[in-house]
Amino acid sequence: MILIERLQSSRNALGLLFMLPAAVLLLLFLTYPLGLGFWLGFTDTKVGRAGEWIGLENYQFLWGDAVTRLALFNTLFYTFVASVIKFGLGLWLAMLLNRNIRFKTFFRAVILLPYIVPTALSAIAFWWIYDAQFSIISWMLVKMGLIDAYIDFLGEPWNARLSVIAANIWRGIPFVAITLLAGLQTISPSYYEASAIDGASRWQQFRHVTLPLLTPIIAVVMTFSVLFTFTDFQLIYVITRGGPLNATHLMATLSFQRAISGGALGEGAAISIAMVPFLLAAIMFSYFGLQRRAWQQGGADK
Amino acid sequence: MDQFNRRRFLEGTAGVAASTALGAGAIWAPAVHAQTALTFKPEKGAKLRVLRWSRFVQGDIDAYMANVKKFTEKTGIEVRVDNEGWEDVRPKAAVAANTGAGPDIILSTNDDANLYPEKLLDVTDLATYLGKKYGGWFPACEAYLRPDGKKWIGVALGAAGAMLVYRQSHVKAAGFDTFPKDTTSYLALLKALHAKGTPSGFALGNATGDGLWTNWLIWSHGGKLVDENNKVVIDSPETIKALEYAKEMYATFVPGTLSWLDPNNNKAFLDGQISLTNNGISIYYATKNSTDQKVRDLKEDVQHAQYPIGPVGVPTESHLFFNQMVMKYTKYPQAAKEFLRFMMEQEQFDPWLTAAGGYIAPPLAEYTKAAIWTSDPKHTPYRDCVKNLRPAGYAGKLGYASAGAAADFIVTNMVAEAASGSKTPKEAAERAQKRAERYYKV
Repeated sequence: MILIERLQSSRNALGLLFMLPAAVLLLLFLTYPLGLGFWLGFTDTKVGRAGEWIGLENYQFLWGDAVTRLALFNTLFYTFVASVIKFGLGLWLAMLLNRNIRFKTFFRAVILLPYIVPTALSAIAFWWIYDAQFSIISWMLVKMGLIDAYIDFLGEPWNARLSVIAANIWRGIPFVAITLLAGLQTISPSYYEASAIDGASRWQQFRHVTLPLLTPIIAVVMTFSVLFTFTDFQLIYVITRGGPLNATHLMATLSFQRAISGGALGEGAAISIAMVPFLLAAIMFSYFGLQRRAWQQGGADK
Repeated sequence: MDQFNRRRFLEGTAGVAASTALGAGAIWAPAVHAQTALTFKPEKGAKLRVLRWSRFVQGDIDAYMANVKKFTEKTGIEVRVDNEGWEDVRPKAAVAANTGAGPDIILSTNDDANLYPEKLLDVTDLATYLGKKYGGWFPACEAYLRPDGKKWIGVALGAAGAMLVYRQSHVKAAGFDTFPKDTTSYLALLKALHAKGTPSGFALGNATGDGLWTNWLIWSHGGKLVDENNKVVIDSPETIKALEYAKEMYATFVPGTLSWLDPNNNKAFLDGQISLTNNGISIYYATKNSTDQKVRDLKEDVQHAQYPIGPVGVPTESHLFFNQMVMKYTKYPQAAKEFLRFMMEQEQFDPWLTAAGGYIAPPLAEYTKAAIWTSDPKHTPYRDCVKNLRPAGYAGKLGYASAGAAADFIVTNMVAEAASGSKTPKEAAERAQKRAERYYKV
């Protein structure tokens, strides 16, 4: 009895107690799997067979493995190009939707559609769109007389890379646009009125009012966008399985191919863990690079 | 050498008696007296869980479940059958083997049984019995399931064959009355088809099933991934020859094959865009059962052929192989073996083969006499898939290395690189050698 009473009157103990469920969840479902993956990366574990500690051997091999290097390049390229375009188009879309246009709510809802469709399904749709024999795009262009042979969307390495990036952009834009729209709506109209009275041009308003006030949101959105893109799996797995000639293999798909289909859990884990530094770097960049108060308040860099 | 024991002796003599009793032209009825030579006594209250790859054709699972029902009626043993996509069975089976809990029987593919042989129940008695009774197992079954040449770690179920599927009229129009049997005239056919505007197409993307033709290509020219001692020997003059051949083949393909995954060639063939490809019997199956009149019209014209024989002079085919594994942790080993015995006996196996419509080729010689292989001459080329089969890890021992190398598309990528000209044959072979050596590292 006394114990419970003492517990009730102790802020610290109560606080810890209330945090316990969350802490257990985090430890059990985040820290433990991550730690396990980290450990597996240093072993030669196979699916269904415990492994032995082999130190950095997996990483040494991966460093010298042409396919892994290619996958790393693909991942960086994929993430960079897709994120930049998603940001640009997403911001543009958000600005458009933030205006007083007709059917505003309707358009805002429609914008979300690509995000609502399960990725696996939209991936299958893209797979057909890019099909070497049945591509609707090629078919239309041929019918219009613009080209005379079907475009080899997924059969030529660079075409394939750009095609899957396009699919990723299509899928990722709604998230960026809607979140940025929410950010835009938090900006008080009085800033715009004040700047208009001062004679600011549209561009100046954007540069000195919208952008600084939006940066915190941009930082969050882009961090998530980069993380999602960097770890993309479904689109690639359905559309190309990493082909042609491994030109679209991302770290995530290669990790799966090696770990699950190939049975080399340790090596697959090492590939996944190799992604972590890049993800951390992305988070650090947004945290330290974009979350600076001076910048957000319209000041210049010191 | 096998240990000689009384039971085997009895089975052996029964088998011999049966085969001598077989008259020419008679309906094949192997070893009627052997029928009772081997039965297992299921444990009291036994229940079985079976995990199998999900059907490729509806007839397969219908007939399989009918057989399961028959088994339950006869023995009172409840059997639960779970289906998973064939590529998902591999990790599930491996985890089950490792943790010692899960299905009692797993129908898996390719080298799966070789990943954890010590976790599988020894089924030598059952395999020996079936082998004796039904004319013997084809060599590939032993390569997969009798790794040490003595102990059987699983019972072979068969293979989903991938054969050459072509349009008769187009091959004829290209000047070939019969389908080429050797690689030289085969290449001539590909060129002629291309010239006629009715090209062929073979998957060169990361296609797990339809990319297997690349194994045939390498083997037919004498190349192989590893030798008998698991030493990687893919970078060889034979491989280079095969890759040069691949380059010539590729020049005749329909555009886009580098991006092809498993379903692409089916779609292109059924749409009339290609006239020759490699595939299971499913294309023909589709022309028989499609609701689309355009597809049904193809039925008469679709024909099948075995892979042509290359400079090595023997068939060198690569197909998706099916195992039946009894897990060692099962509480009901006798019931499990009895189940497999029951399913493999002619009364059950024959109707199942028939229902699968030729999709599954039998592992036992006697079953090649089943009616399904002659009821429609178009089925016949698929009959000998297991007979002509080589494991993907040919000519080495199977295990994690062979499974990993196959899953990483090393051979498929090599052929694709060389065929498309993105690498020279020599470069492609060297790269494959390096990649494979990693898997086969000592």
